[in-house]
Amino acid sequence: MTETSTLDTILHVLLVALQSVALLVGLLIIVAYVLLADRKIWAAVQLRRGPNVVGPFGLLQSFADLLKFVLKEPVIPDGSNKGLFLLAPFITCLLALAGWAVIPINLGWVVADINVGILYVFAISSLGVYGVIMAGWASNSKYPFLSALRAAAQMVSYEVSIGFVIVTVLMCAGSLNLSAIVEAQNGKLGLFGWYWLPLFPMFVIFFISALAETNRPPFDLGEAESELVAGFMVEYGSTPYMMFMLGEYVAIMTMCAMTTILFLGGWLPPFPIAPFTWVPGIVWFLLKVLLVFFMFAMVKAMVPRYRYDQLMRLGWKVFLPISLVMVVVVAGVLHFTGLAPGAGG
Amino acid sequence: MNMSALFFYLFAGIAVASAFMVIASRNPVHSVLFLILTFVNAAGLFILIGAEFLAMILIVVYVGAVAVLFLFVVMMLDVDFVELRQGFLQYLPIGALVGLVFLAELVLVFGSWSFGTGVTGAVAQATPAVSNTVAIGRVLYTDYLYFFQAAGLVLLVAMIGAIVLTLRHRENVKRQSIPVQNARTKAMAMDVVKVPSGKGL
Repeated sequence: MTETSTLDTILHVLLVALQSVALLVGLLIIVAYVLLADRKIWAAVQLRRGPNVVGPFGLLQSFADLLKFVLKEPVIPDGSNKGLFLLAPFITCLLALAGWAVIPINLGWVVADINVGILYVFAISSLGVYGVIMAGWASNSKYPFLSALRAAAQMVSYEVSIGFVIVTVLMCAGSLNLSAIVEAQNGKLGLFGWYWLPLFPMFVIFFISALAETNRPPFDLGEAESELVAGFMVEYGSTPYMMFMLGEYVAIMTMCAMTTILFLGGWLPPFPIAPFTWVPGIVWFLLKVLLVFFMFAMVKAMVPRYRYDQLMRLGWKVFLPISLVMVVVVAGVLHFTGLAPGAGG
Repeated sequence: MNMSALFFYLFAGIAVASAFMVIASRNPVHSVLFLILTFVNAAGLFILIGAEFLAMILIVVYVGAVAVLFLFVVMMLDVDFVELRQGFLQYLPIGALVGLVFLAELVLVFGSWSFGTGVTGAVAQATPAVSNTVAIGRVLYTDYLYFFQAAGLVLLVAMIGAIVLTLRHRENVKRQSIPVQNARTKAMAMDVVKVPSGKGL
């Protein structure tokens, strides 16, 4: 290799590293405030004030929590499998953050614009279950173990219907590239041309499955405090616990971003006319992600927890048949109306 | 220094090392976790040769679903690790023999690998114009549609077989009927009674 091409490679690697750092810093700051928003919304629904002491309106609460977690001593149980015990939170956190590598936040604003972006996100989120299983098993304790079994079964079950929902969107968009999926929703109809309207049942299934996939209430059976104390996180404290929480909320943001990209038109303005098109795409993207997160938070505040057998029934006996039938119906409609996109990418 | 060669040796090295650890580690759960590491590195190798679709499917199917079930079963089995290790030396010669036969066969196959004269034209050419997801889709759903469907059918039969083998219809078991539960109304579930004082029901 010549001198200049080596320099180019190094520059390219540096550029990607800088982009990743910028994305991660932005993401983590947003996650800090999303955590606060989650607590505030929950509090408001229950007519409480929520965190309001640290900083104006409690705006610095998440940072105070961060300091507190980091400064405490991590306790590792004696009977635990120490390597795996400490590896589990790292895996959860790392996988959750890795998913953001392919998510486009604006036209062309993506760290890795790969052909199989959506499969990558799907694969990464299906790996997320290992953090939970490893934590539950390595703790060598009853509640974490039961919780790991529950959470793993739940996450594997709901992945199936998420997969079929993604298939229907792919058939409409004709590409596995996330940017291309957003561009496929661009049209004169604006807001009404995005896939949430034509694929409304799949939108609902995806939203509910996303709740189950991220172990959010009402499907937080893995950490149901009335039965399992804190589930697979019982034995964790200080920084490892914080990494679980961080991974969980980043995974939630990933799911919100996926909902935005697949069904709410990503960075596209709601109407393709003058005042809306002046606003930069990233603002629309953020607004939509936060809207979906608001829905996540409201579900947490309003809906009581499912029973475990009801949860499994919903996944296998309701969502799976509906999404299978919808795949056939959507494929049929696309084929016979001639709306099917050509094999683009 | 070539970047892809560097990554090839990284992925291949970790894959071989973790494959060795699958059989070498004392704890079955660790074995499964090393198996998963092997799968992930194999996916990395697929990406290096430009087969990104296969890589992602490998992770989604094998790591995300099959290995989770492995891990489930291994975690819940109450295995006595000491007892498990005892037969190791006894079975070592047989295992080594099987391994050697397999290795010899592989060497024979790959050592004499050459395409016949008539085959060269029939081998599908790489299609750089479309991504490999599209290319696989075209081949699978147009040229080999019936084989693909037959493979699906075989899997379906296997699945039904597993269900039939494990399904037991026990008598005298109370079962929930979700439609009945959902169809309950207030009038069916509650009976509001005015109890006159001092009389009871």
